[in-house]
Amino acid sequence: MKKMGNPGDKVLLSGNEALALGAYEAGVKVASAYPGTPSTEILENLCRYEGVYTEWAPNEKVALEVALGASFAGARALATMKHVGLNVAADPLFTAAYTGVRGGLVIVTADDPEMHSSQNEQDNRNYAYAAKVPMLEPSDASEAKDFLKVAYRISEEFDTPVLLRTTTRVAHVKGIVAAGEMETSSVQPGIVKMPQKFVMLPGHARLRRVELEKRMNRLREYAGTFPANRTEWGDKKTGFITSGVSYLYVKEAFPDASVLKLGMVYPFPDDMIRDFASQVTDLFIVEELDPFIETHVKALGIACKGKELVPAMGELNSHILRKAITGRAEGDLFEPVPVPMRPPNLCAGCPHRGIFHAISRLKVFVAGDIGCYTLAALKPLSSMDSCVCMGASIGTAFGMEKALGKDSLGKIVAVIGDSTFMHSGITGLIDVVYNRGFTTVIILDNSTTGMTGHQPNPSTGVTLGGYAGTGIDIPALCGAIGIKHVVTVNPHDMDNAEKVLRQEIERPEPSVIITQAPCVLLPEMKRRKDKKRYMVIGDNCTGCRSCLKIGCPAIEWAPLTAEEAKKLGYKESQKGHSTINAVMCDGCGQCVTLCKFKAIVGAEK
Amino acid sequence: MDKPVNLFLCGVGGQGILLASEVISSACMKSGFDVKQSEVHGMAQRGGSVISHIRFGKKVYSPLIEPGAADIVVSFELLEALRYLPYMNKNTKVIVNTQRILPSPVATGMDTYPADVTGQLGQRGLSVFPMDAFAIAKKAGETRAVNMVLVGALSAFLDLEEAVFLEVIAERIPEKIRKVNTEAFLKGKDEIGGILAGG
Repeated sequence: MKKMGNPGDKVLLSGNEALALGAYEAGVKVASAYPGTPSTEILENLCRYEGVYTEWAPNEKVALEVALGASFAGARALATMKHVGLNVAADPLFTAAYTGVRGGLVIVTADDPEMHSSQNEQDNRNYAYAAKVPMLEPSDASEAKDFLKVAYRISEEFDTPVLLRTTTRVAHVKGIVAAGEMETSSVQPGIVKMPQKFVMLPGHARLRRVELEKRMNRLREYAGTFPANRTEWGDKKTGFITSGVSYLYVKEAFPDASVLKLGMVYPFPDDMIRDFASQVTDLFIVEELDPFIETHVKALGIACKGKELVPAMGELNSHILRKAITGRAEGDLFEPVPVPMRPPNLCAGCPHRGIFHAISRLKVFVAGDIGCYTLAALKPLSSMDSCVCMGASIGTAFGMEKALGKDSLGKIVAVIGDSTFMHSGITGLIDVVYNRGFTTVIILDNSTTGMTGHQPNPSTGVTLGGYAGTGIDIPALCGAIGIKHVVTVNPHDMDNAEKVLRQEIERPEPSVIITQAPCVLLPEMKRRKDKKRYMVIGDNCTGCRSCLKIGCPAIEWAPLTAEEAKKLGYKESQKGHSTINAVMCDGCGQCVTLCKFKAIVGAEK
Repeated sequence: MDKPVNLFLCGVGGQGILLASEVISSACMKSGFDVKQSEVHGMAQRGGSVISHIRFGKKVYSPLIEPGAADIVVSFELLEALRYLPYMNKNTKVIVNTQRILPSPVATGMDTYPADVTGQLGQRGLSVFPMDAFAIAKKAGETRAVNMVLVGALSAFLDLEEAVFLEVIAERIPEKIRKVNTEAFLKGKDEIGGILAGG
């Protein structure tokens, strides 16, 4: 085997880790984000580099505004978010395209084709077109770092924010990256008053609108000379135009074909596209999700094939692509064997399980939100009835209430996590108070942002930099908004939680129930010394299956044949008994309340 | 070696598959190869089935292994090996940890755990290497080192130096648990050596 060069100057990094390194090397001074898969690790890594201010903002709109402010002050700035986060940040984005920048400004959007961890699979290349902002799209970790540095140069040269788009298979794929040179911006930091550029009154905005068109024309020209837009000539019978991770699938499946790789996916290098198309016999456009490149190529009057062959849904890979283009299936593949599913589940000891079990007894419509607790929609809890976007629970519950009037009293609740409430739940709650609703809102305060990997948030008071201050007081905030009935409950005490819920949903006024219990995956919870363990006293278990209703992964069902049941001293008709997995049990005690036969008791540690 | 080697790891969230992948990929890089490793974070990790693709060779384009193209599969849990059968072909070597972690439908009695998993794989002509990685890790002194036992087992099939793996383990694993993890790696490698020597 041939060895390639000397390692040591090379590191193995994910796309997100490489972007953090790229931001550091580009001399970024301020970076702001809201966590969201697959973008979270960019700031989690960038915060370890010296000389960069990094923060978790309450939401993506604020993150972009903070980055834009830093740019106005002459610093290179970064905002990162998942694809749906850019919907939240779209408002500042569209006008930042008008103001332009002082220090370089880059927005990373991490898209999630296949919806590994998202509620939709929107294609954010459309934002580049709609907002009139250039967009770069790297194929792997090494390019991610290089493209980010180029993006800052483009941003400052063309006076524009720049979008950099990754997808899950760029963000989370590790590859070899070479550390590079540090760069500095030539922009001087400081306060500079430029009202015609920064104050987007209609009169100023009309002038900037003209500048924006001129800039796009200059960028179109630049795209033709941009080195990361490149043609790789091979067999000219087949040509592919592609970008991002799709380029890798093209090279894997068709190593001999000619390829036009677009490193900048907006604006397009029209002459380069025309030239490439004129030299190949069959032209294919390969891209995940929307026919973004294809639509443009067709608008140039060039015949090509794209979405009639290549799927517009989900991720691609070299296998799907080869089949799509050649129409031929692979050789003999093993048929899948049916095996039990492993659906994602709330952890053993999760406080959400307790409150959702209590909610499930009310038989209400549960307007839900985004977080670990969305898993409560699955069996056996089955206690969430809608989930749309960050913060939507409160607005949708309130809208249902307005549509149905008084008859809906006691029939609808909104459920939202602490971090999601800080992100965009507060405004929904203001609507409820202002417009005289009677919505019951349950805020799940587990002192962290669980699903994305335990980031602190404004209600915890801990910052990304590690500063531990006082968190936002959620009960006091609700009180200040005008909620008169704010109750705090322990979600593990399901009987009391149910009692409080029944009382609050019947109230003809808005009320907020806050469940307070930390996520069991937090380090301090894992380390706690007073952790209990529970066990099942076999003799007392009647096999009623009540404890299985909460779907705790630590509670297992041991099936019994009639003979086995008899031998163990059970009734012959007993089909099995429950056991508690001692390694998994976290000692929350929720199951104790469910057992009417006192079969679940504290175990020796 | 023009074609990349495809290593497919599967198991259950919490088994240390991501750290194992990092150790293997780093060893490939240190040995002078191009390498790509792909995994998924977020909701997929909550107690679900976890997979990791590792591809190394002179030049690697796609980060994803195609169906039927895995050279070696390392299944950290017994039934997971069966779930990813479509990634295997008749020449695939399958290292299977015989440890069972019950999926929730099985734990709650709604479904049953598949019988004779290694037999089902063997029937299809695959070379199966079953091992009790949990017991081996326990012997090494740390039940959480199951992942390093399996990295060791995998290394027995790779044309990479043992010293490179040990170097990566020394770099990646905190000093307090380094010794047991190194021990686990070596015991895993010996286990495969024993199976191969025994026929």
